Amino acid sequence: MRRKTRETILTHMMLIIVCFLVMTPVLFAVSKSTQTRAEVFRFPPQLGPGTAFLDNYRTAWNTFNLGLYMKNSLIIASIVMFFKTVFSMLAGLGLVYFDFPFKNAVFYYILFTLMMPTEIMIIALFNLVSDLGWGNNYAALTVPFLASATGVFLFRQHFSSIPADLMDAARVDGAGPLRFLLSVLVPMSWNTVGAMALIQFIYMWNMYIWPLVIIRENTRQVVQVGLRSMTAVQDATNWGVVMAGAVLAMLPPLIVFVLLHEQFTKGFALGQEK
Amino acid sequence: MYTSRFKGKWLPWLFLLPTLVILTVFLYYPVIQTFRLSTYRVAFLGLKKQFTGLENFVDLFQDPGYLQTLRVTVVITLAVVVGGLALSLSIAMLANRKMRGGSVYRVLLIWPFALSPAVAGVIFLFMFSPGFGAVNYLTYRVTGLELNWLGDPTLAVLLIILASIWKNLGYNVVFYLAALQNVNTEVLEAASIDGANSWRRFWSVTFALLSPMTFFLLITNITYSFFDLFGMIDLVTKGGPLNATNVMIYNLYRDGFEYYKTGLAAAQSVILFAAVVGLTIIQFRTSGRRVHYGG
Repeated sequence: MRRKTRETILTHMMLIIVCFLVMTPVLFAVSKSTQTRAEVFRFPPQLGPGTAFLDNYRTAWNTFNLGLYMKNSLIIASIVMFFKTVFSMLAGLGLVYFDFPFKNAVFYYILFTLMMPTEIMIIALFNLVSDLGWGNNYAALTVPFLASATGVFLFRQHFSSIPADLMDAARVDGAGPLRFLLSVLVPMSWNTVGAMALIQFIYMWNMYIWPLVIIRENTRQVVQVGLRSMTAVQDATNWGVVMAGAVLAMLPPLIVFVLLHEQFTKGFALGQEK
Repeated sequence: MYTSRFKGKWLPWLFLLPTLVILTVFLYYPVIQTFRLSTYRVAFLGLKKQFTGLENFVDLFQDPGYLQTLRVTVVITLAVVVGGLALSLSIAMLANRKMRGGSVYRVLLIWPFALSPAVAGVIFLFMFSPGFGAVNYLTYRVTGLELNWLGDPTLAVLLIILASIWKNLGYNVVFYLAALQNVNTEVLEAASIDGANSWRRFWSVTFALLSPMTFFLLITNITYSFFDLFGMIDLVTKGGPLNATNVMIYNLYRDGFEYYKTGLAAAQSVILFAAVVGLTIIQFRTSGRRVHYGG
């Protein structure tokens, strides 16, 4: 018993150290985001709070347009999150609860796109979206991302694990596929929906290279590229303001993460079972 | 498992339609176009296009600059994947022990998953800046050396590796934790009764049972270092110093969108695509043979 207690204390200590190390860069950023230029450059570095908290955040939000960029990111992330979840769910419904020719082929056709990240075809996608006249448009940042193999795969796995009796009961009741989806499948899928929503929101919010190349109009730009322009101010980068920008940019995905992390873990634990 | 089905000939296609249309128009079509473009030499702004067959590929593989890019990509990917997975598995094993406050630790460990490579890049760029960066000050106090993290090629690579591992740690820990929770503790107890020490227990039981997850994470982490590192490298080093961090995706971006060498950039896309497909095939082959599914 004694040995066990000592081991537990040791584990606690190690975990606390690891958690702290993981947090250090962000704590550092938060602390610096409150300091004036002079405080940032003081030597040796000061780690306490500074006196420019409001100034820095206001400058980042207004002067560097981060407020606008964050609004853009929020809009595109929400649109993609919603439609991708709906489309993936519908595709899952079609794949699990119907029989039709070439079903396996269709599934593999979808699955194969896992090997096609945007970056791989960015040149051709750029040409395509420009030819469609979507440059500078929310459409450029949303439409190409409304479907995903990950989503279809998650919902297909999840629907397959739902007992067949439910389906039989629904059919006896005379419910069509859409009623079945809305009144049986959706209520049973909140963990998968939560996992999907979390992954998609973070993916869209963190998007970088695609908006960087396709968006020319500054008012349509997203938050990550906005951060880039903050550091691009040559000689006199005000690091307090840049850190304020970094903190602002990481808040929304962190909030979504805190809200959904339980569904995320459960949604994936279920997905792993098969 | 038997599942009864709905009837309807067109209905399933209707449900699949949005997904299939988008994947076809915005993934398959551009991928095919990329292959086509890779066989052309495109003059400035696409005004002149000339078919050149495989010349773009020949040029790339004869260009010492591109070979350097391939080398850098392999080094950074290897370090990020092996270092990242080893570290996150150790952390996940620590956090998986049953004890009070376990769920708090878990949340505190996985949240960097929500950060973007660009945010991570900005913070690390600032921390490691020469002159006033905090890390610089620390290393100076400890070693007495002025380390120029952004100016020295080796240090710059190390910086990118460190930042990348940190940023992806949460993601890897989530998945390892999920897998560890499915590991049957009875197998471990049996092994311990058989007299296996903890080291052997780890390698021959836990690690073996985790191998499907490790293979999954290998692929996602390789994809991460191939593509997602772009934001970090663009913000921290811009591929420098002396092209030391000029990885494949960064070189592709510069050729395609700064120097407008469309054909050459498309050829680099094809090489990246071949690498991803090749790695996936290897993964499926090996996981079929060696990976232990069960538990």
